[in-house]
Order: sequence, then C-alpha cells, then structure tokens
Amino acid sequence: MPEHRLKSLTPLGHDKPKTTTHGPITITEIVDVALASLAIRRDQAKAFTMAATAIGIPLPEPGHYKANSTYRAFWLGPEQWMVEAPFASHEDIVAVLRPAFGATASITEQTDAWVRFDVVGSDLPTMFERLCAFDLRRHGSGSSTRTMIEHLGCYIVIHSDEKFSVIGPRSSAHSIDHALLTAAKSAF
Amino acid sequence: MIINHPLLGPRDAQEFVYLGDASLIGRPDGMTEGAVDAFHDYLYLRDNPAGEHRELWYHEQGDRSWLVVTRNTVTHEVVSVEIARDVARKMGRSK
Amino acid sequence: MTQIRRISGGRIDRSKTLNFTFDGKAYSGHPGDTLASALLANGVQLMGRSFKYHRPRGPIASGSEEPNALVELRNGARQEPNTRATVAELFEGLEAKSQNRWPSLSFDAMSINDRLSSFLTAGFYYKTFMWPASLWEKLYEPLIRHAAGLGSLSKQDDPDSYDKGFLHCDLLVIGAGPSGLAAALTAGRAGARVILADEDFTFGGRLNAETLAIGSDSGADWAVKTAAELVTLPNVRLMSRTTILGAFDHGIYSAVERVSDHLAVPMDGKPRQILWRIYSKRAILTAGAIERPIAFENNDRPGIMLAGALRAYANRWGVAVGDRLAVFTNNDDGVRSALDLQAKGINVEALIDTRANAATVNGLRHIRGGEVVNSSGRLGLTSITVRMANGGTDIIPVNALGVSGGWNPNLNIASHQRGRPVWDDAIAAFVPGADGPAGLSAAGAASGAFSTHAALQTGTMEAVKALAALGIAAKPIEIPKAEDAPVSITPIWYVRSGKGRAWIDQQNDVTVKDVKLAHQENFRSVEHLKRYTTLGMATDQGKTSNILGLAIMAELTGKPIPDTGTTIYRPPYTPVAMGALGGRSRGEHFKPTRLTPSHKWATEQGAIFVEVGMWLRTQWVPKPGETTWRQSVDREVSATRQSVGICDVTTLGKIDIQGTDAGLFLDRVYANTFSTLGFGKVRYGLMLREDGIVMDDGTTARLGEHEYVMTTTTANAVPVFRHLEYCRQVLWPDLDVQLISTTEAWAQYSVAGPNARKLLEKLVDQDISNEAFPYMACGEISVCGGLRARLFRISFSGELAYEIAVPTRYGDAMIRALVEAGQEFDAVVYGTEALGVMRVEKGHVAGNELNGQSTALNMGLGKMVSKKKDSIGMVLSQREGLNQDDGLRLVGVKPVDPSKLLTAGSHFIAHGKSTVAAHDDGWLTSVVFSPNLGHSIALGYLKNGSARLGERIRTINLLAKTEVEVEIVSPHFIDPEGERLRA
Repeated sequence: MPEHRLKSLTPLGHDKPKTTTHGPITITEIVDVALASLAIRRDQAKAFTMAATAIGIPLPEPGHYKANSTYRAFWLGPEQWMVEAPFASHEDIVAVLRPAFGATASITEQTDAWVRFDVVGSDLPTMFERLCAFDLRRHGSGSSTRTMIEHLGCYIVIHSDEKFSVIGPRSSAHSIDHALLTAAKSAF
Repeated sequence: MIINHPLLGPRDAQEFVYLGDASLIGRPDGMTEGAVDAFHDYLYLRDNPAGEHRELWYHEQGDRSWLVVTRNTVTHEVVSVEIARDVARKMGRSK
Repeated sequence: MTQIRRISGGRIDRSKTLNFTFDGKAYSGHPGDTLASALLANGVQLMGRSFKYHRPRGPIASGSEEPNALVELRNGARQEPNTRATVAELFEGLEAKSQNRWPSLSFDAMSINDRLSSFLTAGFYYKTFMWPASLWEKLYEPLIRHAAGLGSLSKQDDPDSYDKGFLHCDLLVIGAGPSGLAAALTAGRAGARVILADEDFTFGGRLNAETLAIGSDSGADWAVKTAAELVTLPNVRLMSRTTILGAFDHGIYSAVERVSDHLAVPMDGKPRQILWRIYSKRAILTAGAIERPIAFENNDRPGIMLAGALRAYANRWGVAVGDRLAVFTNNDDGVRSALDLQAKGINVEALIDTRANAATVNGLRHIRGGEVVNSSGRLGLTSITVRMANGGTDIIPVNALGVSGGWNPNLNIASHQRGRPVWDDAIAAFVPGADGPAGLSAAGAASGAFSTHAALQTGTMEAVKALAALGIAAKPIEIPKAEDAPVSITPIWYVRSGKGRAWIDQQNDVTVKDVKLAHQENFRSVEHLKRYTTLGMATDQGKTSNILGLAIMAELTGKPIPDTGTTIYRPPYTPVAMGALGGRSRGEHFKPTRLTPSHKWATEQGAIFVEVGMWLRTQWVPKPGETTWRQSVDREVSATRQSVGICDVTTLGKIDIQGTDAGLFLDRVYANTFSTLGFGKVRYGLMLREDGIVMDDGTTARLGEHEYVMTTTTANAVPVFRHLEYCRQVLWPDLDVQLISTTEAWAQYSVAGPNARKLLEKLVDQDISNEAFPYMACGEISVCGGLRARLFRISFSGELAYEIAVPTRYGDAMIRALVEAGQEFDAVVYGTEALGVMRVEKGHVAGNELNGQSTALNMGLGKMVSKKKDSIGMVLSQREGLNQDDGLRLVGVKPVDPSKLLTAGSHFIAHGKSTVAAHDDGWLTSVVFSPNLGHSIALGYLKNGSARLGERIRTINLLAKTEVEVEIVSPHFIDPEGERLRA
C-alpha cells in the first residue's frame, strides 16, 4: 500500500479497538480483518471452486463458517460467501482476489461495511439468547448465520462454545456495542 | 410464525418481508402485443383463497433468498417452502 | 404488630423476619410469604375497595386469579398500581398501599356509590351518559375519568430496565404442579430439551397448599425432590416466577420472567423483568384448576374466600384467616378443605353442604342440604346466615368463610387461538377442546383430571405422547402412590334468596341481578353478557367469575350450559407491565442509530442532526452568532453557490452490481437505458414500480466492463435492494448478475460549488481537469498520497460538483482533510437543509415528489421512459389514466409578492374559484427559502402545469390559514441551461 497521510478510525470512532469486560464476558472490536464478498458468475461454479481451492479459500455450506490458514469464509446466501483475510496483507483485498478468480466471480470489497465484535467467555448462549432468535444451543462450532440483533441484520459466527463473532453494519457499531454489553450485564 | 427455510431451517417470520401472491413470478413480456391488458391482469387480479395460498417471502434479515411459501390462510399452517429461483426456473423463466 | 393469625407449619422460613408496611402501618412476615399471606397473618383482611361501589374487599384467592386484593406496591418512581397482593412476593422494606379509596380504606367517601347502586347497574354508562350530548365532553367524561381506574401511576420514568430474549425447546411445560413436574421429569429423563415454567416463586403448585401424600413424601416434599432432580438435568430449564402469557402460531409462546420483582431494587445491570419468546415443538398445559365461588347475598365481605384459598393459607403459609371458620360447598373438595382446616387446629364452626345426600362427615357440624343465604359485618365478616334443609335459618358467628362451587380447569392458554372449551358434566366444568393451539395438549387438573394420581399419570403420558411425535422415545416415570378420589359435585351457581346483591364478579362489581337485567334487556349471548355487564373484564379476566355468569344466563334462557357457550381467553394470561413489552427499546435506545463517517467531526462542530430512517444526518452546522436555523442554512447555501461546500452523502444507498448481464439487468430495472453507458461514466436513472409509478431515482456508475455501482435515495436503500433481488431471483433467474450492498463500505462526500475542483485538486493525486474528468465522469483515483478512492462528477445542487468516496475507516480523516483544504476558499460544510434548498432551486425531485403516487410524466421526466425495451413499469406507465393531458406536472412556484412566505402542502386554487376539493388544481410539494433569489420558492404538482407557465394562481393552506398568490414558473430556478455543471 502506498503511504498516505490519512488516519483511520475504528468503527466505534477511536484510534484503537475497544475492549470491554463484564464478568466472564469480554467484547473486543476487531479491525485487523479484510473482507470481500465472493459470488459465482453464471455457469462458472466448477472453475470458481477450483480457483477458490487453489488460493486456499474455503467455501462452507449454508449456515456455516470455515477457516483455512490465510483465508476464512462464511456463507452469505446461495452462491455467495464472505471471505476474511488479514488486513495487513489484504487491505486492497479485491486486487488480491481478482487475479485468482478472473471472470468466474463477482468480488466486492466489504472491509469497511462492517463492524466486528469478538465475544469471548463461558456460557455465551445465556448472553446471546437475550440478543437473537437463532437457536445457539443447537448450532455448534463452525456455524454461522445472519439474524436480527436489535433490529439489525448481523452475522453470528460460532468459533467455539467460548468464542462468537458478531459482524454487523458498521454505521450502527455503537448500537450493537450497547446491545452486547447490555445483554452481558443482564445475563451475568 | 415460523418459516422453514429450505437452506437454513426454521426461522422466525420476523426475519422475512412479505410481498404477495406467488403468481407474480409469471411476469408477462412487456414488448408483446396486448401487454397493457396482460400486465393489468398480472398486477391487479388475484385469487383470495381461504385455504392454501402460495406467496412470496424475502429473507431480508437472513440470506436474502426469495422464497415461495405455501401457507394455509385459515390455519396459518405453512405447508411447504421453496426457493423462489428454483420455482421460477421450473415455470420456464430464464433471462 | 404481631402475626396474630400465624399458626404452625407452612412453607415459610420462620428463621428470618421481613418488615413491611401497608397503608403506612408496620407489619412483619417471613420469606415465602406473599403480601396477602403476610397481611392475613397479621389479621388484616380488608385490602381494597371495589371498582364501582367502593365496597370493602379482601382477597378471595391465593393466586393470580385474585380479583379483589389489588394494591399499589413500592413508592416514588417504582410505584406500581393494580398488583395482586396474592402473588406479590414479600421482601424486606416492601411498601404497599390500598387503592380506590379516599380518604382511607376503612372510611371511603366514594362508598356512597354503594347506596346509589340502583342507578349504577349493568349498562349504566350506556343509559346514563347518553344525552344531552353537550354534557359529554365537559361533564360526563371528566367525571368518569376521575372515578375510573383503581391505582395511580407514579408519572415518573421507570428507573428499571427490561429485557427480552428467545428460548428454544422440544417441550414446553406450562405450570409446575404434580402433572407439570411429572411431564418435565418424563421428558427430561428422555433427554429432550424441556422448559418448565411456573408463575409462582416455588414449584409444586397445589401440592404446596394441600396435605396429600405422594408415595411416602408429602406432596410438597415430592415437588422439592422432583425439582432437585430436574435441576441436575442440563437439558431442562426450570423457570420460576415466569408466566406463560400467550400461545401464538407454530408453537411460539410468550412469557414474562419476573427477575427482580421480589427485590426492593434490581441488582446492578439486571432487568426487572424479561419478556421471553419461546419456540417450542410441543407444549403441555399443566396450569391446574381454579376454584369458583357460589354467589349469595353479601358474599363479598372480607373474610369470605374460596375454600381452597383458606386451605392454602393454612397449609402453605401457616395462616388461619379467622379463628372461627365455616365452609360452604357443593362438592367433596370443599369437604376436604374443611377437614384440612380442622386438622390445623382451627375452629371449624360448620360445614354447609348444598348436597342433602352427601356422605356424613363426622367430627364437625355438617349441615347437609343447607345454604349460606347472607352475611354480616361492616369491614369484615362477623356472621353468616344459613338456611337449613328444613327451611329454618341459623346465624353462625364466624370471621372467615370458605366457599367452594367446584373447580374449573385453567384452560386459558388452550383457547388463545380460538380453541373452544367443551363442557364436561362429570366435573361440571369446561375442559380444553381439541381445536386448541397446534402442538399443545393438556394434562392434570387443566385437562379435568383432578386427582393427584390422575395428575401424575396424565402429565407423564402426555409427555410420552408429545415426545413420540418428535421421534423421541420417553419412558413413563413410575407413578408413586397418590390420592385418586373421584369428583363428586352437584352444581349450584347462586343461592336463591332475598333481594340483596349476590356478587359474581367482584372485580367489576357484577351481581346476579345484573345478569338477570342483561337477560331481560336481551343481551343474552355470552359475548353480549360480557360487554353489557363488564363481567370478566379487567386484571383477572373473569378467572373466578365467568362460569358463574354464563351458568346463570343458561338457567335464565333455559338452555344447557354447553349450548350457551363460553367466552374464550386471549393473551396475556395475566397483566403485563408495558415496560416488559417495550424491553430495551426505550429512550436513546428506542431503535438503533446509524452514524455517518463525519459524525464525530460534526459533533465537535456543534452540528444539528436530523433522523433520516435510522441515520443521524447533519441538518445544519451553526456558526457562532447565528440564532436561527435559517441564518445557518442561508449561509451554507450562499457559500456553496459562491465558492464551495462539502456535504456527507454516505447515507445514499450504494449497490454493487456485477455480472455479464449487469447492463441488461439495469435496462430492465431502470426506465431509461443503461446498457449504452460507457466505462467511467455515470448516468441518472429512474426506477419505476410495475404499476408505472416512480419508485426511486439515483445515479449508476459503470466502473468496469461488468461492474456498476448504483446509488439509491437514503430512504429507499433497503426497499430498492429487496426489489433488485426480486428481479434477479424471481423474474429473471438466469441473468448473470450479482448484488451486494456497499452503502457502509464507503464514506462519500459531495464537494460542490465553483471552487469544487480547485479544492479537490489539492487532495486528489490524479488530473481531474474538465478535460480529463468531464461532467458525469467517474473513476478510481487516490487521495492524499495514495489512499484508494472513487470520484464521481455528479451534482444534486446544480453546481460544479463531485462526490468522492474513501474506505469508511478514513471517512473521519477525509472530512477533516476536505475542510482543511477548503479553508482558502471559505468552504462550508452543509447539511440536509441546505441540500434541500439547492435541489429545489435546481428543480430536482426528492422524497416529497417521489411520493408513491407520481409518474415520470408527472415529474416532467416522461421522455426518460424508454419504450424500446421492456423494463419494470414501462407498460403500465402508458396507461391512459396516467397520461391525461391535464394531469399533474411538476412546476416551479414563486410568490407574486416576494416578501410572502409559501407553506408546503398548500393547494392550488384558481382565482375566482371557491376553496373546495372540486377546484383543487394540485399542491406545493417542497417549499424553501432561496437565499440566492431572496424569496420563498417551491416545487409543486399542478394540473396541466407545463402549459400554465406564467399563470398566477392562489396557494391556500386551510390548516395554516395561509393564502399566497403565486406565479407558475419553470422548476429550474438556477442555471436552467446547466452551464455550471459542465464548467
């Protein structure tokens, strides 16, 4: 990336990501992840899958999340995924992915469209059942879905029993942060 | 209400937006003779059954799939849920 | 005061004492007490005044069905009216007050109503307050409002928070009495996900109020043991203090959990209550049964209760409501109550049994074939009058009377989806019918299975059946030995005697006479009976009274009860605090907000924000010395037109459209053509609904061969995206086009004004001269030494203008860089008001014109609708009705007298025509003050408007009472040739 003189802010409007702890729960704003949406162009499924395999992008089933060494991905909708990569090496993520996929995919930068909070702690379902209708206790590690949290469409990624990610619209970062903390206080 | 999403399983209807009669899938061709009449019937003439009704729902707070939900308007029972794109293709819609 | 009525036993913790007050007087009780049990233990029977006649009343029940003992709890902002003392859990320092009395509970001036009762019978509202009509607003309504209602609100903000949440289970068990516990245990042991909810703060239901054994344990101990096993099962969730409020479609139940109601103040961060939405695959209603009274003259005195309640107060709470009791019954369970009370050492003076042939009960005075015909005592019961089988009467001094008219299965929830209860002669009560909520069955007393054994048995078997339907094999639990007595009852609803009032519904002061009056006046269906007499309304919803009312109506009409029918219940089961329904959506967090990338900067500048959907946008940015919004807005507009202004336009929807058919797709969704748009170019697009009405407008830029980015209006970003997905998935499923929203990914600023290019040249790394980057060009550029950005040369203001977009994380830095670079040009940051002024000056349509009723033709954009291709709305936009020559057309409007201000929403009425709808020629859609022209200007829809330029007409606003003469002009007030745009 060329040097420029503009300074970035986190979705919550600070220089550094915010971390909040309440009881057994820690909520951390995550900013070191680049995101791009990846959609299959018509009749390109085979070539698309080969390209993804070649560069190491997992293509999880509906309702799931999968991680490889550099790339992680969650399912967005039919024939569409969200790809995660380290921000430091993938700030212009589309420029990195485009050569790998060529005309097989529609690729769109999504890095700054979202705010991501990682929530770590024990018994997360007890906190999250105050936030969304998704049946968290029925869906284990590797599940991912979009659902409503405080009227906002957010993705939830279940990494493990003790770590969830919430990925929501960036402009509502404050509202989501407040909802998470309120739920943590209500539950614990 | 619960809608059993074909890909994602049971979901609260709060996540969806309702459009209306699934007959909307059969949009006439606007460039043919008599298109005004065809569009009038398409847009304004609807059955209003007391019983099973096929309707379009959109998973707005989910995966953004359009679905065809067959619902009993008397009992609210959801009889079947299909991906609208598959239904449209079966009806011969393409480009 | 000592607890003079406290006796031994009960499930209270006597090792701790809780102090509380009632009407300012200090009392004490124990953990495990309700407010009602503690007051009764202290010898207090009088707890309230009735709604209409202000009769002295005490509790008649020991649970949530209580109609009388409504009190105000706590004080200050936490004051809560109309809570039932029978379910209010006692805590240290509880303050309670009686209601509906003045000046005091023992002397209530409004009890004069009781003397006027002949004027206040059923339907008195309808009869008394009809005429003269002139008195309604001034006299009757204020009078009724003053007298109506029971408790009083604190009128302060509720200091507590409320939460909501979502739970999932295979089996929901509603009520934790013997059948509920058996059902939960059966399902829990089978590994099913179970939720067992009970409104009480302890499990066991009636087992806590009775002395019957289960196996070798007392019922109450069996409940404790069973709950203890359930707690160890990770698949079972026990929820006490949780009321199931309603049954909804597809196995969804609502519940309220009272997390902190039993505490003086909720613990830090904890909600007062949680409203749960429970998703169940199956549910079992094990809510028990509710005892019903028998009506007789003056049966509403404090001290007269349901027999089961007297028994519960004695067994569960160690309270003898009186020291000289009697029981009045028509069934065996009333006999059991009398024996239980006697066994507690309480003096039972008489057991009055309406059944002449009842088996003799030894050891007490059993008056068979007798009836209680009246009672005495001003503020509490002192004696009852009993009519013997032989017709003689006896006055028996007692200070408490238990009445049992039988038990009604508590089928409330089973009727929430219009499930019709069915009559069961064997128990003389309604039981849940087969048409209740899908997936719900009933067990135990709720299903009419009244014995303890039957409760355990049916609870177990219903659980096995429910799980079998889910493919889960469950083994029935071994049923311990328990009482299995048959029901013996001879129905009687009211005692025929005297002329006094016999009360059916004590909450609404409905008497037997009122039912007779309703019958006489032909309000005979149960639904009419309810509305005419108010029977079964208010907080208890007739849980103890409905059946009496309809049984008496059945008798009057000469029809059997099943033919008379019954009213059905709807949610909520018991009253719910509005706070619980609102949950977290209060105050600042009523709904989520969306903040723009310049929000932090704008806040520092003291900007005024406006809500646009969930967005908070800068409305204007006041400078020191500006005292009115117009000063700020005029300055922002003038400075932009004279030099340069900056505006955050991030909120406009941005949709990334890619695919080999993207151009074709745009041709289909826009009325005008896009497939011909060159790379690096932007075009204005008009989107129609299928009915030919304009849906939205915006610009779409072509960034690559198969890559476009569409902008939508802020308000329509979500609906347009939904519409595009509909077109892509449903209408043309094989088009190669992929969509994703990028609204939030880019911080986008408009830079407008003659110096816009000069300002941007200081920041943009590339050549953006007019030659290199002409009007309607777009492209990927970099700013400030290499940050990736997008530039669009588009204009909403009519000035030389650009929109520049950077990744959102740099949005804050970008607004600061723009402001800094603009200093030498005296650049301003303008808000939505100035934006609005400039677009009206330029004649651009926006929300007020895109009103969901207007066509492209109305907007003067009719030629944009291409008929050479099929697009959404093209065909129906040609309908005759939308293409009348004299139809509405967008026009510009200016006042003939420039000093006159126009009012938005004013209607056009021609000179010489009266101000009636028939002469309506259209209306002003958008009105602004143009600082450039120095007067008010407007856009409007005017009939045949394009042919009326130069005409003078009146604009009239009947609400604002304004009339201004205006001249119709072109909507393009500024730079009609568009020279500035291309400069």
